[in-house]
Amino acid sequence: MSVPALEARGLVRQFGALLVTDSVSFKIEPGARQALIGPNGAGKTTLINLLTGVLKPTKGHVLLEGRDATALSSDERVRLGLSRTFQINQLFPNLSPVESLGLAISERIRSGADFSRVAGTRPEIVAEIEDLLSRFGLESDMDQPTRKLPYGKQRLLEIALALATRPRVLLLDEPAAGVPEDERRDILAALAALPSDVAILLIEHDMDLVFSFATRISVLVAGRLLTEGEPEEIAADERVRAVYLGEDVRG
Amino acid sequence: MIEAKASPASLRIEKHLRRRARWRWPEIVFWLAILAAIVLLPSRAALINEILVAGLFALSLDLILGLAGIVSLGQAAFLGLGAYSAGLLASAGFADPTLGLLAGALVAAAVGLATAPLLLRGSDLTRLMVTLGVSLMLGELANRNSWLTGGADGLNFSMGKVLGLFPIGFLGQRNAALYSLVVLFALFAAARRLRQSPFGLALAAIRENRLRADALGIATSRRMIAIYAVSAAYAGVAGALLAQTTQIVSLDLFDFHRSADVLLMLIIGGAGYLYGGLIGAAVFIFLRDVISAATPEYWEFWIGALLIVLVMVGRERIRDLALRAAAVRPPRPAHEEPL
Repeated sequence: MSVPALEARGLVRQFGALLVTDSVSFKIEPGARQALIGPNGAGKTTLINLLTGVLKPTKGHVLLEGRDATALSSDERVRLGLSRTFQINQLFPNLSPVESLGLAISERIRSGADFSRVAGTRPEIVAEIEDLLSRFGLESDMDQPTRKLPYGKQRLLEIALALATRPRVLLLDEPAAGVPEDERRDILAALAALPSDVAILLIEHDMDLVFSFATRISVLVAGRLLTEGEPEEIAADERVRAVYLGEDVRG
Repeated sequence: MIEAKASPASLRIEKHLRRRARWRWPEIVFWLAILAAIVLLPSRAALINEILVAGLFALSLDLILGLAGIVSLGQAAFLGLGAYSAGLLASAGFADPTLGLLAGALVAAAVGLATAPLLLRGSDLTRLMVTLGVSLMLGELANRNSWLTGGADGLNFSMGKVLGLFPIGFLGQRNAALYSLVVLFALFAAARRLRQSPFGLALAAIRENRLRADALGIATSRRMIAIYAVSAAYAGVAGALLAQTTQIVSLDLFDFHRSADVLLMLIIGGAGYLYGGLIGAAVFIFLRDVISAATPEYWEFWIGALLIVLVMVGRERIRDLALRAAAVRPPRPAHEEPL
């Protein structure tokens, strides 16, 4: 068996007396298309923060391609290939998409601390910026400050930035959150076009999106992993149906 | 080497990234005007020198506040360290000015490096208090160790000639101003380059959204420590210049009002585009001279009023009004303007 791209082993996180993450263990295989679903307050965001290193677990371990990453900071984990997007845009409002992507790429190729070179003088970085812009349809807005971009384009830039770090594992936190219906298709297309060798964990409320994207689904309820399986199994699971009381899980 | 034909998009990307790299003519005029002022107004050389040194000091603050978003109320700590390093070196017989600048930069950078980790976490208020605290402690240490610093009497020393050729100080105030201008310009050009580099871009990212900067794999803590040390070195050089060109080193260099004044200068001129500190220093010192000649006890009233107008009305709106009054279209999009 191959080494999982990302593995959680018995993750526990307590805030005071409140147990938010309760012994969560799971694996994401290389190149997987996996989804994490769960009702509001299930602890999905806390789990992402534990995986990415924003929070330290009270107990348990996070392994990146078999290597224990529990003690590493979030930026160190990024450099080892674990990247994420944010549910609420976390962009650089006054930087342009070109600048934002350029700095992510420079950082990845260990050129981000260059202080005596004018940015834009390395053709390989320029070429990669160009490639990412065209893959996400951001060419026309490339030199505008990010805050002036339409919301849908900002969501795309979220994903493009995460991809610029060349992750092995990509955590997508509700990538379509708040995107108007007519711009939604661009997001779906962007997700479908993500490189197949990158393992992806999609955290999402939108069941259409989950069932069209994922080949494996994990269900988080009240901090615990309730069940895990293929979309058909999850859709048929009575417990999952009960959790999403009244909602049609199959969408 | 034959280069592959670049696509229009890649040319646009390159042009966008390098848009601030070329020296524009207003910048060239700016520096030539200072040079002309020193040459043509030798009687005001001491005042111009004061502006140049204050401008360098404000530039040092712009490196952390304007580029990386790190606020400080203790920049005087590094001014004092630089001044005492240069002064002590000279009074020990090493009177070469260049050596003094180097000493000021190194000592200040070392202390900056040592105290920067205190600034990594916490709010702006935490940073204001930590930087203020460090400068208070250093000021008191200088006061207590009068065997070294001369205490309230300050230091006595004489300076050598710059590069062994040009005397500075009382006998050569014009030389002193030229010397300050050369040092300021060299450090400004370096800061200008740094701002356009990938490192400068990473600092902008940290200023705009540190959470995302972390999530892109940027070692934000290390970058912040690095720029804090560079800023300290710049302030150290400003202190050394001040010591060498006035031949006075006294405890008031560590005073709180020095840190507050330099913050005022930077806010008046505008943070983030590097010229703000120089312009702010000129406005501040010029106003002080003009107003205090007319109403000696009243000049801070007008500085205070100017500050409030700038902060409340906003620099951009004032500029737009001025441009509209002059019937000139605003030349550049807003995001290229100073903060």
